[in-house]
Amino acid sequence: MQIRYDTETACLVVRLDYEIDHHSATLLRADIDAAIYAHLPRTLVLDLADVAFMDSSGIGLIMGRYKILSPLGGEIVLRDPAPHIAQILRFAGMERLARITRSAPKEVV
Amino acid sequence: MNVLNECRFDLVAISANEALARAALSAFLIPADPTAEELADLRTVISEAVTNAIVHGYRGAETPGRVTVLMRMLPERTFYLRVTDKGCGIPDVSKAMEPLWTSAPQEERAGLGFAIMQSFTDTLHVRTAPGRGTVLTMRRRLGTTHAAP
Repeated sequence: MQIRYDTETACLVVRLDYEIDHHSATLLRADIDAAIYAHLPRTLVLDLADVAFMDSSGIGLIMGRYKILSPLGGEIVLRDPAPHIAQILRFAGMERLARITRSAPKEVV
Repeated sequence: MNVLNECRFDLVAISANEALARAALSAFLIPADPTAEELADLRTVISEAVTNAIVHGYRGAETPGRVTVLMRMLPERTFYLRVTDKGCGIPDVSKAMEPLWTSAPQEERAGLGFAIMQSFTDTLHVRTAPGRGTVLTMRRRLGTTHAAP
């Protein structure tokens, strides 16, 4: 996982990877929350492009961050989920809590 | 039951073994040539089932219990999965199966485990007894083979 904060846009970008389950979510949560409380971002981007697996523990992770950010006026963006992860997000109704976005396809040079 | 292939193992009920259960399911299922979607669905299903046993079944247990996984390939490309724990049991199964209901909101459980297992399988049976444990039995029929001619 990589965490980057952009002061200009007040945007915290968390690039998640590998597999998000109950085991890894417990570990990720502490690091993400430390960055949230350090910066109080307007937008939390969870970049899911490199995530190979996610179950309902990942949904719990997103819901928990929403509960922290929402009272602070922050929003969550879920970026580039793989098809089977987008399916879980839809199943859980995550589009009601977060914006699900897709990056423009990379230019082939 | 005409069993074409079978694999059974016990896991110590620690969260690191959730990934091990998924890896075992992939290895068991890949020779049956599932679609990417079927494999992703069933990896999610076993992850939810094993996580439930660890998080809820053995909640507060002094020493980690065991989760028993039984996978079978049955005729007509039917995958059978049984996940057993000898934990606390589920006091109210219909409550537990309600989407978004969780007994552990403070742990950020989404309450979607059963809903996902139901949605991604053809049948799901729950047998549970207070203080004795829970047995989840699921079946999912895979689509006809798409192997190259």
